[in-house]
Amino acid sequence: MSASLRRFIITRVLLTIPMVLILVTMIFFIMRILPGDPIRSQLGPRVSEEQANALRERLGLNRPLYVQYFDFLWDMVTLDFGTALTQGERPILDELGERMPATIELTIPAIAITAVIGIFSGAYAAKNRKKPVDYVIRLMSIVAYSIPVFFMGLIFQILFSVRLPVFPLAGRMDTLMMTTFESRTHFYVIDAILAQNWKALGSVLMHLVLPSVTLGLALSGVFVRLTRVNMIEMLQSDFITAGRARGLPERRLAYRHSLRNTFIPILTLLGLQFAILLAGAVLTETTFSWPGVGRYLVERIQLRDYTAVQATIAVFALFVAAVSLLMDILYAFIDPRIRY
Amino acid sequence: MAEKEVLMQIKDLSVTYETRLGPVSAVEGVSFDILKGEILGLVGESGCGKSTMGKALMRMIQPPGRISSGKLIFDGEDIMTYDENQMRDFRGRKISMIFQDPMTSLNPVQRVDEHLVEAIQVHEPKTKPSDALGRSNTLMERLGIQKQRMKNYPHQLSGGMRQRVMIGLGLVLNANLIVADEATTSLDVIVEAKLVDQLKEIRDEFGVTLLVITHNIALVAEISDRVAVMYAGHLVELGTVEKIFDNPLHPYTYGLLSSVPNIKLDEREELYKMGGEPPNLTHPPKGCRFHPRCPKAMPICETIEPQFQEVARGRFVKCWLYENHPDKTTKKIEVAA
Ligand SMILES: Nc1ncnc2c1ncn2[C@@H]1O[C@H](COP(=O)(O)OP(=O)(O)O)[C@@H](O)[C@H]1O
Ligand SMILES: [Mg+2]
Repeated sequence: MSASLRRFIITRVLLTIPMVLILVTMIFFIMRILPGDPIRSQLGPRVSEEQANALRERLGLNRPLYVQYFDFLWDMVTLDFGTALTQGERPILDELGERMPATIELTIPAIAITAVIGIFSGAYAAKNRKKPVDYVIRLMSIVAYSIPVFFMGLIFQILFSVRLPVFPLAGRMDTLMMTTFESRTHFYVIDAILAQNWKALGSVLMHLVLPSVTLGLALSGVFVRLTRVNMIEMLQSDFITAGRARGLPERRLAYRHSLRNTFIPILTLLGLQFAILLAGAVLTETTFSWPGVGRYLVERIQLRDYTAVQATIAVFALFVAAVSLLMDILYAFIDPRIRY
Repeated sequence: MAEKEVLMQIKDLSVTYETRLGPVSAVEGVSFDILKGEILGLVGESGCGKSTMGKALMRMIQPPGRISSGKLIFDGEDIMTYDENQMRDFRGRKISMIFQDPMTSLNPVQRVDEHLVEAIQVHEPKTKPSDALGRSNTLMERLGIQKQRMKNYPHQLSGGMRQRVMIGLGLVLNANLIVADEATTSLDVIVEAKLVDQLKEIRDEFGVTLLVITHNIALVAEISDRVAVMYAGHLVELGTVEKIFDNPLHPYTYGLLSSVPNIKLDEREELYKMGGEPPNLTHPPKGCRFHPRCPKAMPICETIEPQFQEVARGRFVKCWLYENHPDKTTKKIEVAA
């Protein structure tokens, strides 16, 4: 690694700190401004004042706000995140550790679907600009872009699970199999392979199809448009004309020369879209009862579990920052003009 | 000059761009020959259709433009009858093109050697990569690009070097004709002068034919054997560089030359500055396209288009001064050989 690349990475990591700090501070206060609190959500509305105070004391919510805030920041610095305030008050790292793999298992195929659909149909549309196939692809991308994720999920559930029972409706695997399935990594695909339990693997993969296609399709609309626009511009650039004048085949000019140069803006979008992808994952997980971080976040917001929500948002923010850093480093490999 | 063989015949070539304001006739009814081994300069104000003509020679006009008529006879074959595959094979192997901006005419994410090897392998699929690389290195060394530079990316090279890479790409498949469209325009004066010398050397060394497209009349004087002058989509004059500069026939050529201070023209003639602007090619003037700006315009020039015809051996001009017509009051001017 070159010294300048190291400096670049260190700067970027240092820049991440104030970003995460501002974000979690906002969440800290917003959560407390919202009506309702974890005491009510845990004990119900009819609880006596004494019981409520006892719990408040146990959870440390009776302390002054600034003490709670700095306590929370200290937890963050030590990467401990503390314990949840609801649902068994388990350490948040344990809870996220179980749910994060579920989200990753969903988002990886979703990103792959997005990238493949987005980049290939975008490039194909650009190469066949103004032909019928171009209009069809553009129309479909607008549809994919404008349908809400949960609605698309619902339609897929009705079509491919209720009407045509091909794929399971929700969850990560068959409930019956769950009872005997031992999960070590919480990545069910990996667990099933490690246990050489092929039936379980089949069930896990089948459960993955609808949610990952939903999420992937929902995000692909933007990619199609971005790839298409950039490809069209690239196909008109001088070096493509020069290549054509050298007798290079059109396919080569499109898919090798133009597309590779188009990857640079696409990567930028992929990095930016990552945040949107997480938002999409929240909705997809809710629709498909997928026990990932997104659904966890929604649950805990409803329970006003301050610490769990704060920690989850912080983890999301760190993820987004890490991905965008990774993208910036990737540029250097794709575009020789960029050197850090 | 010894009689030269014809490499390419352009016959009645017209190119039209369909635009919202109507069709633009960027090149109209142009006929001329390109001779083997010559450097032919194509000169004219910007917007007169030079680039369009250059691209048309390789059938590289993209929509909304198209070649609306004409024959392009190369080595005895009309390439207008070729299909897309034949054309692809033709481009690069028979005619190659160098463009104005060397910054943008190479793929930014491809190394120099990859450009050359790719060109060879696309046209000669049986060539081994190592042979293609060896051939590229040897050629580029002759053009003054050292071997270690071959591993560079375009942005790591200077403008002059990039243009030499473009030349190399034109030569690596032994193309017979290289079209250089404003190839030196973006370079600074010293680099430009070097490149001009190099183009001449390349012609001598490789025996290629060059069509040098430029708006720069001084460059044309320096590099060309013959000069073709274009105005508003028409070819108005063609001849050897000496004849054109000593005795320009067309009033437009005359105006063009007198706009350059250090070219001495016949002293009896008064220097004049061309008034007006080149015409809008969506609605070109009737008759001779130059007549609204022409100091010698006659009534006939406003209605009937003159022919592009040979008025002396190797001298072509498209002007009523050198042609008779019943509606004309004056007799044509005879041009001495
Ligand atoms: N893609 C295009 N679409 C419409 N008109 C064009 C296009 N390219 C060139 N033209 C028109 O054709 C004429 C000749 O252009 P060009 O060949 O580029 O001239 P030159 O190279 O001599 O400057 C100009 O009037 C220009 O406006
Ligand atoms: Mg031009």
